[in-house]
Amino acid sequence: MTLTTEQPGEAPGRTAATGQGRWGGVLRELLRTRRAMVGILLILALVLMAWIGPLLSPWEMGERDFTAFRSGPSPEHWFGTDNTGRDVFTLTMVGLQKSIIIGLLVAVLSTAVAAVVGAFAGYFLGLTDKALMWVTDLALVLPSFLILAILYPSLKDSGWIMFVLLLAAFMWMVTAKMVRGMTISLKEREYVLAAKYMGVPAWRIIFRHIIPNMASLLIVDATINVSSAIITETSLSYFGFGVQPPDVSLGSLIALGAPQALAFWWMFAFCTGLLVVLVLAVNLIGDGLRDALDPQAKRRS
Amino acid sequence: MTRTASAAGAEKATGRADDGTPVLEVTDLNVVFPGSARNPDIHAVRGVSYTVRPGEVLGIVGESGSGKSVSSMAAMGLLPDYAQVTGSIRLHGEELLGLDDRAMSAKRGNAIAMVFQDPLSGLTPVYTVGDQIAEAVQVHNPKATKQEAAERAVELLELVGIPEARRRYRAFPHEFSGGMRQRVMIAIAIANDPDLIICDEPTTALDVTIQAQILEVLKTAQRETGAAIVMITHDLGVVAGFADRVQVMYAGRLVESGSVDEVFYRSRMPYTMGLHGAVPHVTTEEKRPLVPISGNPPSLADLPPGCPFSPRCPIAVDACREAEPDLLPVGAEGHAAACVRAAEIEEQGWGVADVYPVPEIPPAEAAQRPRAERETVLAVEDLVKHHPLMKGAVFKRRVGTVYAVDGISFDIAEGETLGLVGESGCGKSSTLLEILSLDRPQSGRVEVLGRASGTGTARDKFAIRRNVQVVFQDPMSSLDPRMPVFEIIAEPLRTHGFPKADLPGRVSELLELVGLDAEQASRYPQHFSGGQRQRISIARALALEPKLLILDEPVSALDVSIQAGVVNLLDELKARLGLSYLFVAHDLSVVRHIADRVAVMYLGKIVEIGGVDEVYESPAHPYTRALLSAIPVPDPRVEREREHIVLTGDLPNPASPPKGCVFHTRCPVFAALGAEEKEACLSIQPAAEPTGTGSGDHAAACHYPDRAIGS
Repeated sequence: MTLTTEQPGEAPGRTAATGQGRWGGVLRELLRTRRAMVGILLILALVLMAWIGPLLSPWEMGERDFTAFRSGPSPEHWFGTDNTGRDVFTLTMVGLQKSIIIGLLVAVLSTAVAAVVGAFAGYFLGLTDKALMWVTDLALVLPSFLILAILYPSLKDSGWIMFVLLLAAFMWMVTAKMVRGMTISLKEREYVLAAKYMGVPAWRIIFRHIIPNMASLLIVDATINVSSAIITETSLSYFGFGVQPPDVSLGSLIALGAPQALAFWWMFAFCTGLLVVLVLAVNLIGDGLRDALDPQAKRRS
Repeated sequence: MTRTASAAGAEKATGRADDGTPVLEVTDLNVVFPGSARNPDIHAVRGVSYTVRPGEVLGIVGESGSGKSVSSMAAMGLLPDYAQVTGSIRLHGEELLGLDDRAMSAKRGNAIAMVFQDPLSGLTPVYTVGDQIAEAVQVHNPKATKQEAAERAVELLELVGIPEARRRYRAFPHEFSGGMRQRVMIAIAIANDPDLIICDEPTTALDVTIQAQILEVLKTAQRETGAAIVMITHDLGVVAGFADRVQVMYAGRLVESGSVDEVFYRSRMPYTMGLHGAVPHVTTEEKRPLVPISGNPPSLADLPPGCPFSPRCPIAVDACREAEPDLLPVGAEGHAAACVRAAEIEEQGWGVADVYPVPEIPPAEAAQRPRAERETVLAVEDLVKHHPLMKGAVFKRRVGTVYAVDGISFDIAEGETLGLVGESGCGKSSTLLEILSLDRPQSGRVEVLGRASGTGTARDKFAIRRNVQVVFQDPMSSLDPRMPVFEIIAEPLRTHGFPKADLPGRVSELLELVGLDAEQASRYPQHFSGGQRQRISIARALALEPKLLILDEPVSALDVSIQAGVVNLLDELKARLGLSYLFVAHDLSVVRHIADRVAVMYLGKIVEIGGVDEVYESPAHPYTRALLSAIPVPDPRVEREREHIVLTGDLPNPASPPKGCVFHTRCPVFAALGAEEKEACLSIQPAAEPTGTGSGDHAAACHYPDRAIGS
């Protein structure tokens, strides 16, 4: 015989007054952590900058200033110009846009794939599990960087969306394994058993009961994936296998500026600095989210 | 135990009696847990005062969250640093509050010891149990050599009843069962002849037969050390047989205290009365509805003004809501109650029935007809479920078999409740999951509403699911925390194609059926208390109007006052809706109350089955007899006179059950048999034979069901 360990605050009537669900609490907790707050503000600032910046800048994306090659920051060119007279500020902002979009899309896609693959493998076990985990292990042992580098150039006509798909295809495996493990423990929960004995079909149980109950893990994971997606995208683009001209991303800009970083620092410093700030901000939010979602990590004030 | 040690204990006891100071004196103890950020402070203990005299057993009874554990943790100095403790705690007249951790450590384990609820986490897994006891000895006697400490540890292990103590000294905690570990915890607690042992729910996590063993060990420990014991529990039965004095706590305060007899027979506080009325007794024959205490315990962060029990009290008057009554003497000496109307209750001599309105529950219609004429809802015949034990990663080989369910048969008629009882590990949950899966069993037959499981198409199976629903034990995990109550209850309806437009109506109807407010449908499970959540589970199970409800320990996670309400609800629903129940439980008192027939399981086999009165009044199988005798009855007089049959040993490993009769390793009848008679028990598994009592369907699987158990 065990006794219910009820938190005194759980008594009905009290919580009804505040009327906030779990997510309200998580949000409050998140906003209370200074790190997460800094992260969110940084991200908001970067997004605003990336989309409003090009509108403010007097220079268009493809436009070249033939009077100024490799000129340093000035009131006319805020971040200076590059070898062919393009405005580095406009370039960087457009590159930042692309990097943010790619990072977000890849993270969302790969987490979704991971959730579905992991949950199905963990819920059904047996043959389904064997097959899905074999695919996962295979994808895990393939040198993703190399394959992307070889594959993407031959597909580059299909644009950067194909690049996003390819990136996502190599990022879901570790999460899928985690999701599978959690599913195996979740499927023993009594509400899952209850649904099963009610006759609810398996796929409905997975989407209604299992995946929503892993939301905290998935959200944290997606956030962390954003930063690794950005890093991968940048490094691929740096080596020229990623985003192709005329599109630019932070990676291709860094590649352009790196050889001349000492002589013409503005072509290297701004895009690299923004990359660092972006990844840092995403990681700060990820850490904050993890703390806010995990009641055990909460410290007492 | 050495003579020196017991002599020392006796010396101590006499020494204490001389000066007459209490062992422990708690005065106006307050414990506040400051709320983090915007959460309010939690006032867990409010102005508690009591004394423990040398050698006495004080029982502290209360429901979860009543502050009973916190107040004793404060005495041990084990509360976290952020807890604000005020008042005074004196051990032999010496103030403990405000001592630093170092000074406190000298007291802990030496003068004052504790036995915790969970024997699993109480021992370090990487040291042998003997070393852990020896460590406890050495910490407080630095002069003792390793040898002496080890010798003493072996003595202690013998004292707490661990067979082959010298050999088991070198065993690791994981090699011990829960009951054995709890014995080791007790050995550690008495290692230094403490003056006070605080036991915090020491038997809650254990099975009844093991509980009986542990209570015996505690009695021995007390005899040997002469220590006073503070017994914290929620189980009135444990207190009735064990304690000299009882204190009842509610919402962080003492609401009644006095000698066991006073508190049990002449309680003067409505809450204590309610607790008595809410517990089903294993010995009472008649089926009276239990007395539920309405409402829930108040939140300690936000107490109502006045008596904290007044919102739930049936005889509350205006004065109750104005100021909190003090604990004042009433009636016999030493008896005190915190109730505005205590004097009135004393004068009128009110009992439970006078204070609490007893709910009326109509008898079930189907139960009026004879059993043979009723439809059979569930029939189980020779059901077998063996789990293979596999070893190896790539090439799995079978290294053994767990005989979880090993050929059991029973049936349930319409409108009937079958109680399936047994200790943990006996296979009752496996039976239930096997029935619920509706798959073809490994061997044997399961027939639900006349349809054999494992035959027919998936569509047939789906149709049967409508008629068999389940309510699980744990109200925390049986509801999806991410879905509002409306969605939870609507899920079975949606799955079985209930018209969408009628959903809101049906959900409100169901919520009202189980006694909840239909307006609460938009809230999430975590906003409800345990009892309410269990009601939601029942509403969900009833949504499809099933014929058979399978209840897996539905009330064992609830506090007694809440449990009574849920049990009454189940009684009422059965009568109103003509349901049949398969009620799986380890609590025999609840089963006696709710079931019509009962089956007792041991190691995957049914050892006895029959009408509930026949089985409880004239149990034939020695295991049933031991089980029934092990349950503490919340009645001090009965409890003092009862002769307990204490089974020896633990449940054998279900992967290697004993040959012949599975029970012979622990059987008191077997132990008393002659060598020739033993032969049958050792070689042949007895089949269930009718015992000839009652209506004829009472059967027991024992070779010698008529033998008396010598005590």
